[in-house]
Amino acid sequence: MTGPEPRRCLVIWFPDWPVTAWQRAEGDASAEDPVAIMETGKVLACSPVARADGVAEGMRRREAQARCPGLVVAAADPGRDDRLFSTVLDRLELVAPGFHSVRAGLCAIPARGIARYYGGESMASEVLLDVLSEIGFRDPRVGVADGLFTAEQAARLATPPDRVRVVPSGQAAAFLSPLPVTVLGDESLTVLLRRLGVRTLGSFAGLEAGAVRERLGGYGARLHALAGGRDSQSLIPRKPPPELIREASFEPPLELVDQVAFSVRAAADEFIAALSTHRLVCTELRVSCTDSDGRISERIWLHPAAFDAAAVVDRVRWQLAGSDGLRGGITTVRLEPVAVDDAAHHEPGLFGAGVDERMHHALSRVQAMLGHEGVVIPVVAGGRWLAERQQLVPWGERVVPASSRAEPWPGSLPAPAPATVFPQRHQVTVLDAADAAVTVSERGEPSAEPAVLVEGARRRPIEAWAGPWPIGERGWDAARSRSAHRFQVVDAEQTAWLLVLEQGAWWAEGRYD
Amino acid sequence: MPIGAASSLDADARLESVRRVQSDVRWAGARSDRALPVPPALSGLLPGGGLLPGSAYSVSPGLLLLTLLAEPSRAGTWCGVIGLPELGIEAAEQAGLNLDRVALVPRPGERWFAITAALAEVLPVVAVRPGNRVREADAGRLSARLRSSGTALLVAGAWPRVEATLSMSAPHWSGVGAGHGYLTSRDVLVTVTSKRSPAPRQARVALPDASGGLSPAPTPSDSHEATRSEAREPLRVVG
Repeated sequence: MTGPEPRRCLVIWFPDWPVTAWQRAEGDASAEDPVAIMETGKVLACSPVARADGVAEGMRRREAQARCPGLVVAAADPGRDDRLFSTVLDRLELVAPGFHSVRAGLCAIPARGIARYYGGESMASEVLLDVLSEIGFRDPRVGVADGLFTAEQAARLATPPDRVRVVPSGQAAAFLSPLPVTVLGDESLTVLLRRLGVRTLGSFAGLEAGAVRERLGGYGARLHALAGGRDSQSLIPRKPPPELIREASFEPPLELVDQVAFSVRAAADEFIAALSTHRLVCTELRVSCTDSDGRISERIWLHPAAFDAAAVVDRVRWQLAGSDGLRGGITTVRLEPVAVDDAAHHEPGLFGAGVDERMHHALSRVQAMLGHEGVVIPVVAGGRWLAERQQLVPWGERVVPASSRAEPWPGSLPAPAPATVFPQRHQVTVLDAADAAVTVSERGEPSAEPAVLVEGARRRPIEAWAGPWPIGERGWDAARSRSAHRFQVVDAEQTAWLLVLEQGAWWAEGRYD
Repeated sequence: MPIGAASSLDADARLESVRRVQSDVRWAGARSDRALPVPPALSGLLPGGGLLPGSAYSVSPGLLLLTLLAEPSRAGTWCGVIGLPELGIEAAEQAGLNLDRVALVPRPGERWFAITAALAEVLPVVAVRPGNRVREADAGRLSARLRSSGTALLVAGAWPRVEATLSMSAPHWSGVGAGHGYLTSRDVLVTVTSKRSPAPRQARVALPDASGGLSPAPTPSDSHEATRSEAREPLRVVG
């Protein structure tokens, strides 16, 4: 049983795309730096410079760094790869429409039309490479062959200076025959075939099709067909995404936040309108502001329900008010949806809004009055200091504790916790019976019994006390290490205090009331 | 038309309007029956056995306020807290608040009253520390809103026309000695004065108890000590 005849395919392959995408996203990264993109502690892709030093895909981070000490390590980000690749496709489609994006870094187009238009497959390939080198890609390879799989292998085998490899029609099987079975990209099958003594695609293709199907099933039969150059997969042209991004440019640049907020209103209206024509609403928004010196402030904003135009304008306003990086006037504000949802999920109900919806509305209104940090949701995080253990997340943001509370935090307090935690701890004095300041020796013993707590202008006699409990933090880091002693103190009015003695000074951290 | 018939018609109409008013009053009464729950140790002290929707309460700030928020919060109600930047989040959690359903406005600034009014329309329980003195007229307008939305307002401070005032006195901490132990619990006398009952009602409770919540005062010996300290209490000079 054979599928339809494979069609001629033209494939463009960008070697080490994750590295290229990272370099482009960073902007100023030099191509000479050895770079490795890591995923779960292993090298996903590396730059040619790093590869020359012995770094390879699949290598552990530490080993890679040992081989190449100057290695720049970056985390993998499939979103970044896709985003940058789609801009490349946008450019390519100006020359030849109908590209099929196989994955980030690999795209394909049926070769027939483009070859006829440009007068031959090699000519068409050169045209595409020229287009790419215009926008700064000097490394892509092109393969033309029968079927996507064969064309991809051809592109991978195209070695500079000749960056195009054309496998003539009907010679796919002969071209693939000497390649190792590992190029099929299926590890368990490769191991099995090697045990069977099958090492090249040619010998795999030479097995009888019926026997392969019997032993390896439909999936194996498909790989068998690939190895024989009979790739029947058809290309699905990419559907260009709807244009949802809106930009507002200001000439001359605007200096005041209010001016920008006023001027961006029209763009925000358009942005929301464009979404709603596609029956979408935006739940996550990326706002990028550029100032006249070319500095960019970029931030992602979440909305508990969905953005409307006023909410978008508020986010722009908050971002400008909060960013210190922008100094000149604002020239451009760009609104880009990061996450969208079907508008049907956000329609108001027939009988008015639900309770939660009304609450979102009221809290968002207060947020519009006070700013983004005005309304917060409390979270208990990990840490030794009281102020560290409580975290306030702006309404609408995702709740992600800075550190987990599940870990043991030596020096943190047992229950009950103080009901009052001073946002800024304030200085107090603790005196002994002879009015001398109480200190703690290096062995962790107080110099005398605390007798008086002077807080503000008041002297409070101390009735009971407990401590000191040492807190040591980051003893290995001289710049950030902290060491202190905690005391619990009950004064004559039976008010209990949580005090800290740090570097000779007493502080009130909390009060139990 | 005979004069008698006209007057009887008049009387019927008047009777009808009286009935309507009566039923309105009954409705108003029925609504206030659904009091928000409070810890059992306090329910005997409060008029209606809990926090009446649409009413304002003056509560001393700190753990007592958190404890009153805890029961409704545990039942899944959203709470708003306005103007209390020093609130201990961990203590709130130990008191029993469901932190996923708490919205804080720590620094409302000058517009605290408008923000309180906005949140009181949508959240069933709102706690606020007034930023300045409240005028009688403003409080009246807000309480009309509270009644229509059925929100209970807890005020950490002075407020005109409150349903009840809850305060703490005669605290006693245990667990700490001279240089040893940990703070474990506090015995405290909770006093409720309400416009409905002339005499203040009191109860001795452990707040916080060993787990950070509120429970009835533990042992008889403690309560005996408590009575003594109660007797001593009025004579003490404070502040």
